[in-house]
Amino acid sequence: MKRRNFLKSMGVATGASILPFLKYIPVEAAGKKDTLVVVAANGINSLDLHRKGTNRPSYQVTVNIYDRLVRFGVKKLEDGSLAYDSTKIEPEVAESWTVSRDGKTLTFKINPKAKFWDGTPVTAKDIKWSFDRAVSLGGFPAVQMKAGSMTKPDQFIAVDDKTFQIKLPKPSKLTLPDLAVPIPFIINSKVAKSKATAKDPWATEYLHKNPAGSGAFKIVRWDPGQQFVYERNEDWALGPKPGVKRVIVREVPSASTRRALTERGDADLYMDIPAKDSKEIVTKTGGKVKVSGAPIDNCLHVLALNLKYKPFDNIKVRQAIAYAIPYGDILKAAAYGRGKPMFGGRDMKPTSVEWPQPFPYDTNLEKAKVLLDQAGMPGGFETTLSYNLGLAAWQEPTALLIQESLKKIGIKVKLDKIPGASWRTAALVKKRLPMHLENFGGWLNYPDYYFFWAYKYGHLFNSSNYKNPEIEKLVNDTLHMEVIDKKYEENVKRMIGIAFEDVPRIPIYQPYLDAAMRAPVNGYASWFHRQLDVRSITKAGV
Amino acid sequence: MSENLVTVVSFSLFLFIVFLGLFGEFLAPYDPLATAASNTLRPPSWTHPFGTDNLGRDVLSRVIVATRLDLSIALSAVALSFVIGSALGSVAGFWGGWWDRIIGRFSDTIMAFPLFVLAMGIVAALGNTVENIVYATAIINLPFYIRVSRAETSVRREAGYVAAARLCGISEIRILATQVFPNTLPPMMVQISLNMGWAILNAAGLSFIGLGVRAPDAEWGIMVAEGATYIVSGEWWLALFPGAALMIAVFCFNLLGDGLRDLVDPQRRT
Amino acid sequence: MLQAVPSIFGVIVISFVLTRALPGDPAVYFAGAMADKESIEQVRQALGLDRSWVEQFFIYVGNLAQGDWGQSLKTGQPVTEELLKRLPASLELTFIGLGLAVLAAVPLGILAATNPGSWVDHICRLLVTAGVSLPTFFTGLFLIYIFYYLLGWSPSPLGRLNILYLSPSHVTGFYIIDSLIAGDLEIFLGALAQLILPTITLGLFALAPIARMTRGAMLGALSSDYVRTARANGLSKSMILLTYAFRNASLPVLTTLGMVFSFLLGANVLVEKVFSWPGIGSFAIEALIASDYAAVQGFVLSMALLFITVNLTIDVILAITDPRVGLEE
Repeated sequence: MKRRNFLKSMGVATGASILPFLKYIPVEAAGKKDTLVVVAANGINSLDLHRKGTNRPSYQVTVNIYDRLVRFGVKKLEDGSLAYDSTKIEPEVAESWTVSRDGKTLTFKINPKAKFWDGTPVTAKDIKWSFDRAVSLGGFPAVQMKAGSMTKPDQFIAVDDKTFQIKLPKPSKLTLPDLAVPIPFIINSKVAKSKATAKDPWATEYLHKNPAGSGAFKIVRWDPGQQFVYERNEDWALGPKPGVKRVIVREVPSASTRRALTERGDADLYMDIPAKDSKEIVTKTGGKVKVSGAPIDNCLHVLALNLKYKPFDNIKVRQAIAYAIPYGDILKAAAYGRGKPMFGGRDMKPTSVEWPQPFPYDTNLEKAKVLLDQAGMPGGFETTLSYNLGLAAWQEPTALLIQESLKKIGIKVKLDKIPGASWRTAALVKKRLPMHLENFGGWLNYPDYYFFWAYKYGHLFNSSNYKNPEIEKLVNDTLHMEVIDKKYEENVKRMIGIAFEDVPRIPIYQPYLDAAMRAPVNGYASWFHRQLDVRSITKAGV
Repeated sequence: MSENLVTVVSFSLFLFIVFLGLFGEFLAPYDPLATAASNTLRPPSWTHPFGTDNLGRDVLSRVIVATRLDLSIALSAVALSFVIGSALGSVAGFWGGWWDRIIGRFSDTIMAFPLFVLAMGIVAALGNTVENIVYATAIINLPFYIRVSRAETSVRREAGYVAAARLCGISEIRILATQVFPNTLPPMMVQISLNMGWAILNAAGLSFIGLGVRAPDAEWGIMVAEGATYIVSGEWWLALFPGAALMIAVFCFNLLGDGLRDLVDPQRRT
Repeated sequence: MLQAVPSIFGVIVISFVLTRALPGDPAVYFAGAMADKESIEQVRQALGLDRSWVEQFFIYVGNLAQGDWGQSLKTGQPVTEELLKRLPASLELTFIGLGLAVLAAVPLGILAATNPGSWVDHICRLLVTAGVSLPTFFTGLFLIYIFYYLLGWSPSPLGRLNILYLSPSHVTGFYIIDSLIAGDLEIFLGALAQLILPTITLGLFALAPIARMTRGAMLGALSSDYVRTARANGLSKSMILLTYAFRNASLPVLTTLGMVFSFLLGANVLVEKVFSWPGIGSFAIEALIASDYAAVQGFVLSMALLFITVNLTIDVILAITDPRVGLEE
């Protein structure tokens, strides 16, 4: 279609034949060079991350339109991709900070260049109001703040306009990184308070649709279920000026349509592209589209065995299954090679604190049979393997391959696909799935943080109902400990060693987060929150 | 091309589909569930005429074996709505009055739903098992059977032979069962045949949005749905062959239904 | 009209029970990724889901009576707002799909009726039967593959308008009408181009009932007395066909159209999903999968109301065009 091609080549050369149409070109189409078109599977449902019911895709709004006290740095990986650096914390609204000698008081100096969109300066009062809000509204924000030992408003003190303090009950290595996650974002409290009501003191109804921030981008349009549009905040001075002026994020539910749009050049960036497409799209387009990605820190795709159900309470059965997983086939057919193998480790004793690291198991059906014999179940047994409909792309092939392999050692597996809405209830809250696939990833990149969520009894992602007094103690001791502490390495190694031995969760691989983008798009970095940070993106001329 | 030719072709196609449904597992060249990680996503070839899927399973075998599942879903759904629908419909048509009003309201209520969404809701609420797909499909088909059966019964309610039977002192229920009901069967058969195709499409549609049959069972709709994600990357055979099988089966039932309608009611052939 | 009240009440009850029976727990789903038990309970209270079903039902009906259909959890907007915004998209798709189907099916039906039993008749029949045998999602996907991906003739299957355009200012909500009102030809063409593939997909599905009914009604009309009289009076063949026969045959066709319209509105669900169409159907699927109670209930209720309105309208049209049909029949 001529019109299409014409629009694509706009700004380069325009033939005389189409000149009469020029007056119909809408303003938005002009200057496509600084407009970035992004396609994503799911849309946002709120502009306020503190609101109850805000979905995961909405996190990116918070990242891009609000500022935080600090942010993580970005590092270059071996293959040239960019990724956030969990070890480097940089200033954002805070220009500097100090930690008291006892480690219980953090004092932040606010950058005078930090200004809200309405031109007023960001003050410690705004930060206090925002943090109070994060711990008071409950739900996920409160849980995440708690991970950084922040639970009550009286921990936050506005010393003066430009000084903000956080008081901690005890020192913790998690507090500072927890300030760089999306949750503790800073709201223009004057605007918000003016919209607050007695029934709604935190202005959730207002901020749900009307952000009031200081970030590098503003939301200029939001059509729920279809798209939303960012526009650069020209006055933002807390980092390098973003390379694109306008970002259109379009919601496209079908994965193949997303791929087609990217291949054909109708979309600039495709966030969270499935492994198979990310493997193929570069060669298919002859390099017109490139892929950038990194293994997701602290995230594992695992087969979880629920100890509440027989015979998974038997360690030999769990180990037998760990030896019967067709790891290589799964990596090939489900992850299309876009995963770091988490099998084939050498020793039952970990030699480093690296996490995640390969578990000392491999596909070995003989060994699996012997272990089943030892467990007193030579004939195998029957069970159900559940997986999440929403994650069927990797979980379904994985489940099928596991089902087939377990059949070979006599374990008959029935597959059960559970829709997204019931998945969380069944797997994580009620913890009633005997055998299931799970993919927890911790935002804060510490092994003990992973163990806190996934191995401590009763904790949300411990869907195995795993209970081990030693793990409980180790995690409690280590969670807030500094990495340089002498005991840290010893404790973490011991935790990993127990996980190796007990395998309530059998890791299969560490997934990648990939994004595909057209060649002129640069500066994409992958983040622990798995959302697009548009501030670093640049786009060369078309 | 004659009228009969179409019917003959569709009837032989029907026999072929039933044959595949009955003996599919013996005809399939491979185990439809056997995966082969080294042989994934192969295009059609002599060894795999329909190619292989993302887990290296033979698509031809899966398409053949799926016939039984798809047919049984459609057949049981249609049988269920036929039995319940004709019972309710003939009661409403024969006795009229309050029966008619209550049953009529009931069927109106179902009809006021967007039918596919109702089916989605039922399967989502009860869980996605084959039985629940059957129930959902049966429920959304129910009003059509009630309508046809009610209409056919009410015209015959006062027919001469019914009055004669009444005079002989035969009970009302027996009259309905032995005199009236058998006469309503021919138009119901047409409805059944037309419905079979629709039931298959419905089950496939449910699978397409992820509320269908469970893995690893082969079913046409789910195969199209899964194959759909591979079309753009060039692996068209995954969706095309099950889609074609689905289409042919539905086409065949629709033609048969058409043919039957002509037989039952030549004048009203529309 | 009064007859519809029990049906609507039935719809409200069934949709309420159905959504509560969904296995998903909205409180868990919407509490977020890392929520613990305590915060899930807070969400449950905030959503009013800690009350009994009966209580919830009366609250729901009470709110409905005040025109409050609740708030969609998934999109965070009031359900009525969502539906009103999305309804024109679905209606535009359905109307044009239906229009295409009528344009193709009525001539096919007339053609078949004028040559009953001939090969033309059979071809017509095979054609329309094939149309109704295609799973809409399958047709849609292959149309996209061929016309967008391979040939590049069709614009990207991304909803109602190419990304580069702003939607025309809202008057009717129908883009092709609004763009004409605004006098913006480029947007009109853009919106039209987006409509082609989904409406064809939908239209194919509607061919069969319309063509069948046209053929049947035409056969009936052509064998009637007045047509015979007209023939005897030596009126031209096309005159007889179009003026006398078709005018009389159009009533049953119109009745069928009403049914087909409601049916298409339901079949939209899958087409909208395939074409990322921002209509109410795609909204309903998402809502159902997320156990978004208010959204599902609102969707079902609005469809039921629409369905009843359409049937009523058809009845009125029939009564106006044909005095033999009384309004209260």
